Amino acid sequence: MELLNHIFNTLVQTLRDLVPIVAIIFGFQIFILRQRIPNLKNILFGLLYVLLGLGFFLVGLEKALFPLGKLMATQLTDPEFIYGGIEQIASAVHWSDYAWVYLFAAAIGFSTTIAEPSLIAVAIKARGVSGGAISVWGLRVAVAIGVAVGISLGTFRIVTGTPLHYYIITGYIFVIFQTMFAPKMIIPLAYDSGGVTTSTVTVPLVAALGLGLASTVPGRSVIIDGFGLIAFASLFPMITVMGYAQLSEWRYKKQLAQDSHSEA
Amino acid sequence: MNRILGNITRSLLDSVRDLLPIILVVAFFQLLILRQPIPNLESILIGTLLVVVGLTLFIKGLEMALFPIGETIAYAFAKKGSPFWLLLFAFSLGFGTTIAEPALIAVAAEAANVAASAELIPDMDAERDSYALGLRITVAVSVGIAILIGVIRIIRGWPLQYLIIGGYFGVVIMTMFAPKEIIGIAYDSGGVTTSTVTVPLVTALGVGLASSIQGRNPMIDGFGLIALASLTPMIFVMGYGMAVH
Repeated sequence: MELLNHIFNTLVQTLRDLVPIVAIIFGFQIFILRQRIPNLKNILFGLLYVLLGLGFFLVGLEKALFPLGKLMATQLTDPEFIYGGIEQIASAVHWSDYAWVYLFAAAIGFSTTIAEPSLIAVAIKARGVSGGAISVWGLRVAVAIGVAVGISLGTFRIVTGTPLHYYIITGYIFVIFQTMFAPKMIIPLAYDSGGVTTSTVTVPLVAALGLGLASTVPGRSVIIDGFGLIAFASLFPMITVMGYAQLSEWRYKKQLAQDSHSEA
Repeated sequence: MNRILGNITRSLLDSVRDLLPIILVVAFFQLLILRQPIPNLESILIGTLLVVVGLTLFIKGLEMALFPIGETIAYAFAKKGSPFWLLLFAFSLGFGTTIAEPALIAVAAEAANVAASAELIPDMDAERDSYALGLRITVAVSVGIAILIGVIRIIRGWPLQYLIIGGYFGVVIMTMFAPKEIIGIAYDSGGVTTSTVTVPLVTALGVGLASSIQGRNPMIDGFGLIALASLTPMIFVMGYGMAVH
């Protein structure tokens, strides 16, 4: 009964999210473009699927993944786990004490990004537009590796307490240089990948990890150090997606060079 | 009948595969590293089942509704050839999808609490509400402008990287002048604007426009709207912080 209530409330919430979008689109279709909507029945069913799908997805995440993920983030950042006992807590923090946290951050960043619905959508579109040159899984894995590296580095920053903007500005400079050398085709998609990653599945877990870490590492403040993991998660996918394209291009060229060599 | 069942099974299996990494990571850390049992196993199994079914339905709806809607409207605007209505549509879509976004409502309320406890605004309900509403409108306007600029860019064929790199400079410069308390919220607001419904629609719109305008390449010109929509809120929210504080 409680579950049904929860599902109903989430569906109402999702519907409220969907209504303005549908109103704008149908409004323009009918009044400005004065056009009938082709396949209206199909589209209405599709919208129903989107509504039900997102509703179930969110309720499921709240029931299964979020409580457990947040609990694990708290346990892994707990000084008792890190130092194996309260009495052994060192007065100075050494960054290597948190090795499991970095690994957990990378693993949870990678796996939640693979399940992110909006990334799946962009990957399907990219495969269609590129005529299959960019595979759905290739893009998703490249983005997921970026998020994994980003969040892991972000937790390292919280443990060491170095300022956020050093990392972000260095990352921006790296992105600018990489843009000059990466294949032109990939650049817009790579930039989009940064914005897509921080969505439904990843954000709540990553936020819990950041806040848990900032509140337990000695000398860190929740307000100054707790935020910023999202910024890392949006920055690194740009680098890995451009890197993925550069690697594919390099291997293709090497292949071409080898072929012409063997023919000669 | 058999074919439909086969299709459904295949879609469900795809979703299971998408979720498998999370299940493995959680099980590995919980059982082997933390050495704890899985709490509320029943609730977790029901939740996982809902996630699988939900993801399957969403992907189905994506291909049946969100992609076709975005594409049809892009073709229709390209055929109509009226830039005014297209730009008005672009702005409304950005503004309309953002103003009602639940994640943004939550972040704005949180930001108002932070501002009140830092004594930037008087600690009263009315003041907090108007601060939060102002923040939401700021972010929604900035996303509207981002989609508007993005559509102009697709029509004109400007290279995306100049806009984005220019935007980065904007972010860095604003960071120097904005009040410290607003920076974290500003950086986060870039991420919360692009919801799961908005991303497929906006991507389909961009790709649709780029494929129906002569001389544009859907790969080079079609993507990039999301990137702009995650960049402008950072600049605008820091501007809001400077104006209000």
